[in-house]
Amino acid sequence: MKYSAFSLLKNALSHNRNWREAWRSPEPKKKYDVIIVGGGGHGLATAYYLAKEHGVRNVAVLEKGWIGGGNTGRNTTIVRSNYLWTEASLLYEKSMKLWEGLSQDLNYNVMFSQRGVYNLGHTLQDMRDIERRVNANRLNGIDAEIVDAAQIRKSIPYINTSPDARYPIIGASLQRRAGVARHDAVAWGFARAANKLGVDIIEQCEVTGINRTGSRATGVETSRGTIEADKIGVVVAGHASVLGSMADLRLPVESHPLQAYVSEPLKPVLDTVIMSNAVHGYISQSDKGELVIGAGIDAYLGYGQRGSFPTIEHAMQAILELFPIFSRVRMLRMWGGIVDVCPDACPIISKTPVDGLYFNCGWGTGGFKATPGSGWVFAHTIAQDRPHELNAPFDLRRFETGALIDEHGAAAVAH
Amino acid sequence: MLLIKCPWCGDRAETEFSYGGEAGISRPAEPDALSDAEWADYLFMRSNPRGAHRELWNHSQGCRRWFGVERDTVTYRIAGSYQLSPETTD
Repeated sequence: MKYSAFSLLKNALSHNRNWREAWRSPEPKKKYDVIIVGGGGHGLATAYYLAKEHGVRNVAVLEKGWIGGGNTGRNTTIVRSNYLWTEASLLYEKSMKLWEGLSQDLNYNVMFSQRGVYNLGHTLQDMRDIERRVNANRLNGIDAEIVDAAQIRKSIPYINTSPDARYPIIGASLQRRAGVARHDAVAWGFARAANKLGVDIIEQCEVTGINRTGSRATGVETSRGTIEADKIGVVVAGHASVLGSMADLRLPVESHPLQAYVSEPLKPVLDTVIMSNAVHGYISQSDKGELVIGAGIDAYLGYGQRGSFPTIEHAMQAILELFPIFSRVRMLRMWGGIVDVCPDACPIISKTPVDGLYFNCGWGTGGFKATPGSGWVFAHTIAQDRPHELNAPFDLRRFETGALIDEHGAAAVAH
Repeated sequence: MLLIKCPWCGDRAETEFSYGGEAGISRPAEPDALSDAEWADYLFMRSNPRGAHRELWNHSQGCRRWFGVERDTVTYRIAGSYQLSPETTD
């Protein structure tokens, strides 16, 4: 069923009793052309673009939990493309261009709101880095500008721009096309659109092994039996190493919990997104009125989907440094997602030494913004058995050749 | 909050410590003899297990000494701390 004003009206007249489920829940088939392991945003987007762009429709997405229950529903929903290095910025800009038409493309409102993202500078060196990054962005055709403290004060009246602050705000980079999207709508929208093109979305189906014949992957063992496939794309975020070990593949990623928080709902107070590298916090306000706050990762390796208390304290300190007005706001919920962090803070979207096995991992703390672009290039990599030029630099072999893409600290915030 | 036992100072809160990553990764004796793949494995590849993990910690806000901890990466339960052998980091 196509969602439209007409379908809303029609279903309202029948008291909304006749809405169909957004996607089927089929039994897994014996064999697929392509299996995508991981039903997060990236996996669903991969399946969608496989079907839409490459005509590969005999596809299953295997999800161990439920759609929208993993990192896709556990992030702070920020979308931007102002990365420093050309390789990274072109990849994220591809994603940004897809975001700009995504609701129409999927026939699903992902509530993409280009309300701008400010990346604050608190020191002279911050501002030098910001100028360098803004210039790099503009050379790559990505919108970026530098604003000073007076302009910030004018646009965001409640932010503390006092020169007496412990970490005074000197200026910021601003990407006006950046913003936020409703994260679980992104998962649901891709799931529904992929389903419509014939993709089987199989929830509650955990992959427990990867079957190989010689150097070729032939299928997966799952909690719902063996499923064969010509090609297998693994995109499981924090559990990439667990899946990698099933194919004797060692990966350069380490998994850490990353936390976020939402406050009680407030009246509109913040109409943009603020990120600060120096105090390490980021904040926006959802359409429901909640403040959405992101923290850093816990320093140690962890698979527990919860964060540590010192990290909560640190994130709150950062937000109060920027917005003293929020000191009496109460937090409603906190949660953690497991992110797989690469040494160069860039993803791996790559073929592997196992034929027919592809990995998309290492997005670390910044994967949500890349959801459509990641799926788009990964679908190309799987369908054509070679990377698209946008993701060729993100090959697993860069750790052998040394061609790393050092976005650690170079990106607008530590992701 | 993790309660980590420093072998010299006893139980302390996690905020006194710095994390040092996977234990038991020794610098190859002859780096020149390694292939690029072997060097990459030493430098970047990690076991990143879901479960028992031997890892390095430094009591950076205390005695500043390095030691090893065996910790479960899902439950975060710490099985124990140990002093490192002088030759290796395990």
